Amino acid sequence: MRIEKCWFCSSSIYPGHGIQFVRNDAKIFRFCRSKCHKNFKMKRNPRKVKWTKAYRRVHGKDMTQDSTFELERKRNRPERYDRNVAENTLKAIKKIDKVRVAREARHHAQRMKGNKVSEMKAAVKELEQSIHMVKAPIALKEDPSLTLPKLKVKVVQPAQAEDQMEE
Amino acid sequence: MVQYNFKKMTAVPTGKDFIDIILSRTQRQTPTVVHKGYAISRLRQFYMRKVKYTQQNFHEKLSTIIDEFPRLDDIHPFYGDLLHVLYNKDHYKLALGQINTARNLISKVAKDYVKLLKFGDSLYRCKSLKVAALGRMCTIMKRISPSLAYLEQVRQHMARLPSIDPNTRTILICGYPNVGKSSFINKITRADVDVQPYAFTTKSLFVGHTDYKYLRYQVIDTPGILDRPFEDRNIIEMCSITALAHLRAAVLFFLDVSGSCGYSVAQQAALFHSIKSLFMNKPLIIVCNKIDLQGLDALPEEDMKLVTEMKAEAAKTVVAQGGEASGEAVLLTMSTLTEDGVIAVKNAACERLLNQRVEIKMKSKKINDCLNRFHVAMPKPRDNKERPPCIPQAVLEARAKETQQKEKRKLERDLEDENGGAGVYSASLRKHYILADEEWKEDIMPEILDGHNVYDFVDADILQRLEELEREEGLRLEAEAEAEDDALDMDARDLSPEEREALAEIKKKKAMLIQEHRIKKSTAESRPTVPRKFDRYRSFTTKRMGRELSTLGMDPSAAINRARSKSRVGRKRERSQARGDDEAVNMDVDQPNKKLRLRSRSRSRPPGEVVPGEGLRDSAQKVKAIKLAKNSVKLRNKSARRGEADRVIPNMKPKHLFSGKRSIGKTSRR
Repeated sequence: MRIEKCWFCSSSIYPGHGIQFVRNDAKIFRFCRSKCHKNFKMKRNPRKVKWTKAYRRVHGKDMTQDSTFELERKRNRPERYDRNVAENTLKAIKKIDKVRVAREARHHAQRMKGNKVSEMKAAVKELEQSIHMVKAPIALKEDPSLTLPKLKVKVVQPAQAEDQMEE
Repeated sequence: MVQYNFKKMTAVPTGKDFIDIILSRTQRQTPTVVHKGYAISRLRQFYMRKVKYTQQNFHEKLSTIIDEFPRLDDIHPFYGDLLHVLYNKDHYKLALGQINTARNLISKVAKDYVKLLKFGDSLYRCKSLKVAALGRMCTIMKRISPSLAYLEQVRQHMARLPSIDPNTRTILICGYPNVGKSSFINKITRADVDVQPYAFTTKSLFVGHTDYKYLRYQVIDTPGILDRPFEDRNIIEMCSITALAHLRAAVLFFLDVSGSCGYSVAQQAALFHSIKSLFMNKPLIIVCNKIDLQGLDALPEEDMKLVTEMKAEAAKTVVAQGGEASGEAVLLTMSTLTEDGVIAVKNAACERLLNQRVEIKMKSKKINDCLNRFHVAMPKPRDNKERPPCIPQAVLEARAKETQQKEKRKLERDLEDENGGAGVYSASLRKHYILADEEWKEDIMPEILDGHNVYDFVDADILQRLEELEREEGLRLEAEAEAEDDALDMDARDLSPEEREALAEIKKKKAMLIQEHRIKKSTAESRPTVPRKFDRYRSFTTKRMGRELSTLGMDPSAAINRARSKSRVGRKRERSQARGDDEAVNMDVDQPNKKLRLRSRSRSRPPGEVVPGEGLRDSAQKVKAIKLAKNSVKLRNKSARRGEADRVIPNMKPKHLFSGKRSIGKTSRR
């Protein structure tokens, strides 16, 4: 039992899912679901289809090279069973996962860093240009800051009531 | 030499199939196109060819059938008798005879019609002659179809007969039902005969082969024979009787001393004596089976007597053959369950048969020719010294140990049998694993963890690599922390919370505008555009204006006053009416508030009366207009029932359109 990788979208194929296609030159294509299979039959290049991992890697959206990937590698040589090695491996898998996830998050943050500055600039511009939608020009003249106008509340004094009270 | 293998016979088709095959072949293999304009000789030749071709085919196929089926008189009497027992000689001969006559009749028919065809004068006449000829041939075939069906059945059954060579070394096994004949043959040969607790499990002869002294022996298993008069025997028993009668073989008569087959020793002895005539000139061995249930020494008196009687009879045959008068090789005991004595029986039987055959061969005339051809050279001894074969000590020891070990070895199969058989016990394949620690043999290794294949990570030094990785990660985290401190004051311009609030408000307003516009756009076709003065939802009020202006930061009082003053047209007149200042006033200044109906007073009129200013000419026109208006609100018949105006075809196929011939053209469509 192995979890394979879908040839088109690179997602994991669990046992009992998907379709395998063997071409005449004995190359095996595995697909996780009919969406990928149909895309393949349409001869689409996964590197150009936005939602696939191949695209994301090629266009730098996801991490490409990392030492965590080196640890997970298909080995073709059977090893003799050793309980200690098996135990260590299982523990290691979890830790490696954590590291990998942290690194991917870092990669993503790095990618998104430049956003903040441009976002801020756009926000400032919008505020300056559309302030008239929430603040009348008169109010703006009085108070030139780009904030909401302060509401003036009318206070009505009940004077008659006080006279009665004094009596 | 005829191979007694009936599997190579071609299948006999049924009557109908036969006719179909021949006629379609004629259709395909002879020319098919003929016109009446051809020369008469050509026409005659065309049809004669067809008739002759059909006749030849019939003749050929029927001949193959007749030739392939064996003639009961020409084959070995064993097979002759066997086939007679199974299929009834007369019926068989009749069927083949019928085929033969059919063949001759067909030839005659063909000859006659060819003679007639020579004088056919028109296409039509030749054609009818040919049709008649073929028809008669086919009728003949139809008449013999029951015979063909019977022969096909016979052929199928014959194909499944065991291929017994009547002339080679054979061992025959006979006895009562359920004594253990099939178990025995299963043990000594590779045959896999059904062994069941009910009688007559074996219903026909079975052949197995076994080897002894580099020679191959046939072992024939027969169905059990019951003790009854010859005429009453059924077909199954007759098979075994035939085998006994015709095959020159060593006979093993099986005796069940325990009586677990359901028949006593007395009954079995009676059977033995009734068929002992068939054992003439055949080496006979009496085999006592199932001694694990009942030993020979523990037999009661009368049974022992019967057994000794049988042994005496068997011994007589030995003497008759000129063999030794000792009694060893005539009565043997064995048990097929414990495999005790089985090989001994086989060896004894083979030995006896071999000796007998050699004897007979020696006595025949041909042997001298053989004897002259070979000469055994015996070397003359040089001196009187003894030279026995020399076997090294180690080999002798090893041989002794081997025999010991062979008995002690326990097979996996035995283990399986002990623990409940094939379905219940599943062998532990991990028993012989070679691991560093014996306790790990039953460990189950997980293959998948958290969406990863565990085998991809397995590595002897994985811990070390993990350490390196974590160290790397630690370093990276430190570097990141430093970089963060440096990069803090990168943004100069940042919004204060109030500015953020304002921005959020702006965004909200923009979104609302867009949403409203979308709604209006989508409902624009179905919604009528009403001018603002009719203000159905009363949304254009001073209150609202005041509220909105104040949120924008302006003082709305001036605007409200202006709006109010503009809306109060005719102020003086309305002073007497009571109304509140805070009352929401209609913003549109042109029209007075419709709610205050001042001078107009309604009056009911007859329906046709024209009100001046309405725009209609006279009351007739008005009545018509009202009528039209009412028409438009009539309920539509949406239940889709058929109305008078819906087209109806009362008669789908009227006779006058679909009958009669046409003078020109086809009637495939009308």
